[in-house]
Amino acid sequence: MSSELTALTIAEARSRLRRKEFSALELTEAHLSAMERARHLNAYITETADLARERAKDSDKRIAAGEARAMDGIPIGMKDLFCTEGVQTTAASHILEGFTPPYESTVSQKLRDAGTVMLGKLNLDEFAMGSANITSYFGAVKNPWVPKGRNAELVPGGSSGGSAAATSAHLCMAATGTDTGGSIRQPASFCGLVGVKPTYGRCSRWGVVAFASSLDQAGPITRNVRDAAIMLKAMCGHDPKDSTSANLPVPDFEAVLGQGVKGLRIGIPKEYRPDGLNAEVNALWNKGIDWLEKAGATIVDISLPHTKYALPTYYIVAPAEASSNLARYDGVRFGLRVPGKNLDDMYAKTRAAGFGAEVKRRIMIGTYVLSAGYYDAYYVKAQKVRALIVRDFNEAFAKVDAILTPTAPSAAFGINDKIDTITMYLNDVFTVPASLAGIPAASVPAGLTAEGLPLGLQVLTKRWDEETLFRVCQSLEDAAGFKGLAPL
Amino acid sequence: MSYIIKGETGDWEVVIGLEVHAQVTSKAKLFSGAPTEFGAEPNTQVSFVDAAMPGMLPVLNEYAVEQAVKTGLGLKAKVNRNSVFARKNYFYADLPFGYQISQFDQPIVGEGTIVLDMPDGTSRAVGVERLHLEQDAGKLVHDMHATKSFVDLNRAGVPLMEIVSKPDMRSPEEAGAYLRKLRAILRYLGTCDGNMEEGSMRCDANVSVRPVGSKELRTRCEIKNVNSVRFVMQAIDHEARRHVEVYEGGGKIDQETRLYDPGQNETRAMRSKEMAHDYRYFPDPDLLPVELTEEFVAQIAKNLPELPDDKKARFEKEYGLTAYDADVLVSEKENALFFEEVAKGRDPKQAANWVITNLFGVLNKKGVGITESPVSAKNLGRLIDLIADNTISGRQAKEAFEAMVETGKDTDAIVAEKGLKQITDTGAIAAAVDQVLAANADKVAQFKAGKEQVLGWFVGQVMKASQGKANPAMCNELLRKKLAQ
Repeated sequence: MSSELTALTIAEARSRLRRKEFSALELTEAHLSAMERARHLNAYITETADLARERAKDSDKRIAAGEARAMDGIPIGMKDLFCTEGVQTTAASHILEGFTPPYESTVSQKLRDAGTVMLGKLNLDEFAMGSANITSYFGAVKNPWVPKGRNAELVPGGSSGGSAAATSAHLCMAATGTDTGGSIRQPASFCGLVGVKPTYGRCSRWGVVAFASSLDQAGPITRNVRDAAIMLKAMCGHDPKDSTSANLPVPDFEAVLGQGVKGLRIGIPKEYRPDGLNAEVNALWNKGIDWLEKAGATIVDISLPHTKYALPTYYIVAPAEASSNLARYDGVRFGLRVPGKNLDDMYAKTRAAGFGAEVKRRIMIGTYVLSAGYYDAYYVKAQKVRALIVRDFNEAFAKVDAILTPTAPSAAFGINDKIDTITMYLNDVFTVPASLAGIPAASVPAGLTAEGLPLGLQVLTKRWDEETLFRVCQSLEDAAGFKGLAPL
Repeated sequence: MSYIIKGETGDWEVVIGLEVHAQVTSKAKLFSGAPTEFGAEPNTQVSFVDAAMPGMLPVLNEYAVEQAVKTGLGLKAKVNRNSVFARKNYFYADLPFGYQISQFDQPIVGEGTIVLDMPDGTSRAVGVERLHLEQDAGKLVHDMHATKSFVDLNRAGVPLMEIVSKPDMRSPEEAGAYLRKLRAILRYLGTCDGNMEEGSMRCDANVSVRPVGSKELRTRCEIKNVNSVRFVMQAIDHEARRHVEVYEGGGKIDQETRLYDPGQNETRAMRSKEMAHDYRYFPDPDLLPVELTEEFVAQIAKNLPELPDDKKARFEKEYGLTAYDADVLVSEKENALFFEEVAKGRDPKQAANWVITNLFGVLNKKGVGITESPVSAKNLGRLIDLIADNTISGRQAKEAFEAMVETGKDTDAIVAEKGLKQITDTGAIAAAVDQVLAANADKVAQFKAGKEQVLGWFVGQVMKASQGKANPAMCNELLRKKLAQ
């Protein structure tokens, strides 16, 4: 019974809860016990079992009263970057260890209001900086997928690695993620999941620990496209507390599912097929193109000429903003404080002890590119290139309705693989252009490598057009017939 | 009245530019809804945003934007329809975000002008370089613990306008006049209360010197956070003389930030160049650029109050006041209002005279402002009416005024109480005149012999006989008539 419950999709659980085939508390208990069995994955930083039971009971009351909300009783995991009232929020950093916010982020509040049951706070790369979930102060997360024929522990991708690992191992029905340069899409690809980064401004950033303000965007990680549509609807909407949140109505993303892709023009950007592209990734991409064509879409070859500048641009803009956003972790008001001889010494000792190596690297890069004498050459130039990347997409979307690309250049790699920083950064090569342009993007699981590891395809649409995004994603999902992991 | 420092090698002039931080009159902070009231218990006016808690985001206070635009229009400056908030990055315990949200290369207001009215009646235009909006920092309290400092974030996030002048001033007096004029404009507009003691208006002075006749701009020093007009003037004077001394001693001035100590009347270096910050300004990605519509600016322009310069011109034209009197009256909005109430339907020159000479004299002595005046505009007006209709004499009016200042009572009550009715009955005055002439035949003879000055003496005698109540003009007239007989 228990593993049957954790195997359900949100859509299935939603209707069966309403039919009272089982209770929200039973559904929650099934997940809590799965979490207990799967602690070796290190997906959760904080488990909130008691809180989850309380909320599940509240859901049951509402369901009994016929007042069920959109996601009532659905157990979800929360990336530990979202501030949660009364629950420790760490951003996977020592510097925030023990920090318990007296407020709830807008997105997690919306999910609460929708009736979801939060099971705990999910592991991530420290301050969401990473592509493998190996920079967490609370330890690396393991990918529940294992390669055929060799003994290796794989990374779940990052930064939303805990979210992806937990969702694919059935330790929650879905999870929140945040995506700055690919942090939802790449782990979704590595763990065989659907990950949606909506248009910048769709989800409020209020109460989400900031990494790079002009890029950060929350979104769902789920086991299928419909669940992503249901969850995104519950997460997004205008928030006057976030000046960059768009004052636009929230579409019913679920309503467009089933409309197919007939008549849609799908762009295939040549710049995403560099020399040396992984053959399996390349083959899967071709398969995706075939599927959409067979489903009635028109395939159009397009060019996004500034693509090759996206990664270096991203690694200037994001660290620049991060270096400033992380200045508030100074030991004065909250979080870690290491005493010093004087104020400057206290700052230095606190930040030296509180931040991990990757965070320090990005603070230094960011500080450098903003400093006098380098600002124009790096930051200003990067902003100009960013504008060109936006223009590339605008011109492309004049010709096509959506763009199809691979999500990541490879499948999941080993936790203990020695990977240099540049190679690690190259994980984001296909995901950062959409982040810089602020357009919606999603990864859909499309197939397996020879080793049996999942690979995703990425769909991009123009700003505010998540509806077309979901239509294309579902069409790919239908054609791929991808099977996720069975519950542990 | 040029200000020249006589050095050993020649004459020097001073070049002054002022940066004024004016707290925007607003109930809420620049990027949060927390209150801005002065003097509250420490850390009671702090929102999660002000404390830069994780995930908190700034949201621009639109009223503060309106206030900045209003100020820009009041300074006859260019309002920039597009402006950008930028982060000024530095670490300090009173700066929760680790950066100050300010405006850098795209401020909300560009170039403007402030006209200074100098005491000698001349005016001088001083350029305004820019006005931008920014948030204030918190406050550190060092004297509450032997080894620790305390942080009070009540001020953190309070909206400020930084108003930067061009280096157009050439004397401490001009700097003082600039500050007073700017303060008057801000108060007229209601965009800043201008209270330097409470820190809602603070001034940094940039000072350099050069030989008279030279056009160069030499190295300047910035004197930080001076908190009264008088201290700003003293600090500039001291700093300018220090520069001259250094140059004439063969030394050179380092560009640095200095602090003025009014107790010692000296400035001291605060921060050396090695400690100079690289603020790493960049546009704040949490905030959208500020885009003002033409209508928004036009609406504010339409509702702009009459400002000191316009009021002064009107006072000169409408009331026939001298430039000096008009300037004195418009320097504070409340003074101008008071004067206009007194002058309404009366002789404006007499009204100005009473307000400036008599009332301001009293207020200065008491050290209070017009809003605390013991004599209301209505009562002062009534007093002038009683003089005009000959009910009381000028002398009696002064006596009544003194009693009004003393007691705060109404004019009519004081006049009745003191029995200050002037005698205008010709018969009664004639009787007194006859009596005085009869008793002083020798003086009458002197007058008739051509010694006209005796007339004044006679007037005095008649006034004395009437216990000061006789109308002096009538005394004069009757005396002349009788002496001529």
